[in-house]
Amino acid sequence: MKTFGLIVNRLVYAFVLLFAVLVLNFTLMHMAPGDVADTISQSMGGADEELLIEIRKDYGLDQPYYQQLVTYIGKVLRFDLGHSFFFNEPVSKLVLERVPATLLLVITAQILALLLGVVLGVYSARKPNGILSHFVTLFALFGYSAPVFWTGILLLIAFSLQIPLFPVAGMRDVTIEGNFWVHAIDVMKHMVLPVLTLASIFLALYSRLARATMIETLGTDFVRTARAKGLPERQVVYKHALRNSLSPVVTLAGLQFSAVVSGAVLVEAVFSWPGLGTLAFQSIIARDTPTILGILFFSALVVIIGNLLTDLALRFVDPRVGASK
Amino acid sequence: MMDRKTENSEYLEQASSPSAEAWEMFKRNHAAMAGLVILFVITIGSIFGPLIYPTDPFDMVWAPFSPPGEEGYLFGTDYLGRDLLAMVIHGARVSLVIGLSAAIVSIFIGVTIGALAGFYRGYIEEILMRVTEFFQVLPTLLFSMVIVALFGASLTMITIAIGIVSWTAVARITRSEFLRIRELEYVMASRASGVSNTKLMFGIILPNALPPIIVQSALMVGSAILFEAGLSFLGLTDPNVVSWGQIIGSNRQYILDASYTVTIPGIAIFVTVLAISLVGDGLNDALNPKLRAR
Repeated sequence: MKTFGLIVNRLVYAFVLLFAVLVLNFTLMHMAPGDVADTISQSMGGADEELLIEIRKDYGLDQPYYQQLVTYIGKVLRFDLGHSFFFNEPVSKLVLERVPATLLLVITAQILALLLGVVLGVYSARKPNGILSHFVTLFALFGYSAPVFWTGILLLIAFSLQIPLFPVAGMRDVTIEGNFWVHAIDVMKHMVLPVLTLASIFLALYSRLARATMIETLGTDFVRTARAKGLPERQVVYKHALRNSLSPVVTLAGLQFSAVVSGAVLVEAVFSWPGLGTLAFQSIIARDTPTILGILFFSALVVIIGNLLTDLALRFVDPRVGASK
Repeated sequence: MMDRKTENSEYLEQASSPSAEAWEMFKRNHAAMAGLVILFVITIGSIFGPLIYPTDPFDMVWAPFSPPGEEGYLFGTDYLGRDLLAMVIHGARVSLVIGLSAAIVSIFIGVTIGALAGFYRGYIEEILMRVTEFFQVLPTLLFSMVIVALFGASLTMITIAIGIVSWTAVARITRSEFLRIRELEYVMASRASGVSNTKLMFGIILPNALPPIIVQSALMVGSAILFEAGLSFLGLTDPNVVSWGQIIGSNRQYILDASYTVTIPGIAIFVTVLAISLVGDGLNDALNPKLRAR
C-alpha cells in the first residue's frame, strides 16, 4: 500500500515536470527568431507580406503568447506534437518510431555499466593496492576524460574497419531473412560497439564509487562481526557488505540518466543508430523546430521514467530507504 | 617514524595560511602537479602557438590526406588539404575559452541559486530546489542543441547553452555547505551583531564554503570542454572558428583513409580534460581537511 502511494506521488510529480518541459519548450520556440510562417515561405521560395499574415492566422500565430501556449498544451495532451516540415510526417509518429531504439541502447548500457562497475569495484576494494584496483582508477580517469564520440570512433576503427568483427553502422541488416532469433542476434551484433561506447563513461564512474563505498563498508563493525562469526569470506563480501554498498551506486546511476541520454545522442550519431539522437541530429541540420522540441519532450520523458525505475530499484536494494517515512 | 614526525612539525611551522598549507599538500601529489604542468603548456601553446606557427587553419596548403610527418606537415592534412597542426593549435583557444567561460557561467548560476536556497530555506529553498531538479531531468546535450539551433551558433550562445545546463551540481553543493555553515557559531555571532543578509551570505558564509565549490568548478571546466566538443562534433559550432570537436566531426567520414584526422584532435581533447581532472583530484585532496589531518 505504501509503495502504491509512493508510485502515485512520483507519477504526479513526473507529470508536473513534464508540464514544465512543455512550457519551456514552447517559450523557447516563441522567443526564437523566425516562426513557422517564415519556414513555410522559405520552402515555397518566398512569400509576400499578405500571404505571411494569412499563414500566421492559419497557425494561430497572431494570438497572444498565453493563448498559443494553452492551444499547444491541449494539442500535446492529444498526442499531437505538430507536423514536421522536413520529414513531412506528424512529429509524434516520427519520434515514437525512434524511442524504442534509444531505450534499448540507453537501458542496456546502463545495466551493463552498473553490473560491471559493481563487480570491478568489489574486486578492487578487496585488494586496494592490487593490479585490478589501479586498473579501475586508470580506467575511471580515461572514462571521464575521453570524449564519448571519440571513444566510439576508435572502437569503430579497431573492431569494424581493422578487424571486421562488428557491423559499421545501423541497428539491423535489412538483407537478412529468418525467424525472430536470427533478427535478434543481428540486432545484438549491431549493439555491441554502441553499448560498449556508451557504457564506458558510466562504467568508470560506477566502478570508482563502488570501490570507495565497498572499502568503507568492509571496514565497518558489522562486517567485522560477520567475519568473527566465522562466515565464509564470500558470504561476508557478497551478502553483508555488498548489499550495504549498493545504494549509493544505484542513486548515482539514477542521477546519471539525463547524462546517459545525452551520451546516447553522440553515440547514435557515430554509429548511425536509428534513435532519437540521430533524428535530433538530422532535424537540427534541417532546422525542423517542431521535431526538435518533440524529441526534447520525449527524451525528458525517458529520463523521468528512468528516475522512477531507479527509485523503485533503490527500495528493492535497500529496504531502509523510505521505511522511516 | 621519528623523521616523519619532525618533518611534519617543520612543515606545520612553515605553512602559515590555509591556502599555503593546501598548496604544500597539492605539490606533494605528483599526478596533480603533472596535470598542472600539462595544462600550463596547453594554455601557453594556445596563446602563443598561432604566433610561432602562423599557418592559417582555413588555408588549403597541400593535397588532402597527406599522412602525418610527410611533406613537412607534422600532423598531416585533412580532407580539404588543410594543415592539421594549425587546426589543432587554433582549436585549443576555442576549447579552453569556451570551457572556462561556460564553467564561470554555470558556477555563477549554481552558487547564486545554492546560496539563496541554503541561506533563506523555507519556500525559497523549496522552489529553487524544484527548479534544480527540473534541470537535472532535462537531457543536457539535447537542451543545449535546441538552444544553439534556435538562437544561432555563435560562441557566446554556445557558452550560454553549456552554462545554463551544467550548474545543478554546483547549486546542490553550495546549498548543502550553506545549510551546514549557517548554523555555526561565528555566523550566529555575525548575525547577532547586525550584519546584513547579503554580507552574511557572500562575505561570511561563501568564503568558508569555497573548498568543495572550487573542486567542482575545476571539474566543470573539463566537462564544459567535453560538452563543447560534443556540440561542435555534431556541427553545432561557429563556422568561422576551428575547434577540436569540429575537426573530428568534419573528418569522420574519412576514417577509413585517414584515421589520424580523428585520433589527433581526440588526443588533444583527452589530454586536456585528463590534465584538468588530475588537477581537480589534487585540489580535492588538498582542500579536504579530513585528508589533510592524516
